[in-house]
Amino acid sequence: MALSIVHRATGIALYVGTLLLAWWLIAAASGSAAAYSNVQAFTGSIIGRLIVFGYTWALMHHMLSGIRHFVWDLGFGFKANEREALTWAALIGGIVLTILIWIIAYAIGGVR
Amino acid sequence: MSATDTPRRSMRTPLGRVRNLGAAHSGTSDFWRQRITAVAMTLLMLPVIVVVMMTLGSNQAGAKVILGSLPVAVIMMLFIVASAWHMKIGMQVVIEDYVHNEKLKLVSIMLNNFFSIAVALASIYAIIKISSGV
Repeated sequence: MALSIVHRATGIALYVGTLLLAWWLIAAASGSAAAYSNVQAFTGSIIGRLIVFGYTWALMHHMLSGIRHFVWDLGFGFKANEREALTWAALIGGIVLTILIWIIAYAIGGVR
Repeated sequence: MSATDTPRRSMRTPLGRVRNLGAAHSGTSDFWRQRITAVAMTLLMLPVIVVVMMTLGSNQAGAKVILGSLPVAVIMMLFIVASAWHMKIGMQVVIEDYVHNEKLKLVSIMLNNFFSIAVALASIYAIIKISSGV
């Protein structure tokens, strides 16, 4: 498995994605309610939802993949089967967490 | 073998030789900060997700009430500081790995600093503005 490049790629995606976070917060702070509606219109659109979904996955995967690196930093998990297991756990865990978050988001009425 | 066994031309101690060295002239400090901010964000991840979920479906007025509350504002600001710091270090590693032209590398690292700090400051300013109700 060559997942380290995915860790790096998701990191770069999250880097750019902070613009969305900043846009959301600035719009919330703005004096005009329309500024916030614009953000919601974007994140509610098909493209916007795909981007936020991708962002959610990048965040979850990068976090779990990072925890995998932590395990290695602490000196564990270097055997071949352990490396494989950690990598698969990060890969599958990232997808599961992402879907779980989106199910909860839809369930609590984030989509009108 | 102790340090006194071997004759050396230098009078500097082993610690003195490694201090302020390394390609970045900052030793392992970035490595360490990368891990501090990673742990911080991992701990803050669940609270941040809860905050974002709370704002789903509400208009600007509702979002202001949620984001302006003290615990939420603190959680968000901690997360932003950790993110900006973490991503600044991470992107610098990527730049150092792939950009080999010295001038382009320095410019890229500079822009990386500008971007990370600008995103962090803008976000923090927004939260403080919401919290103070102006």
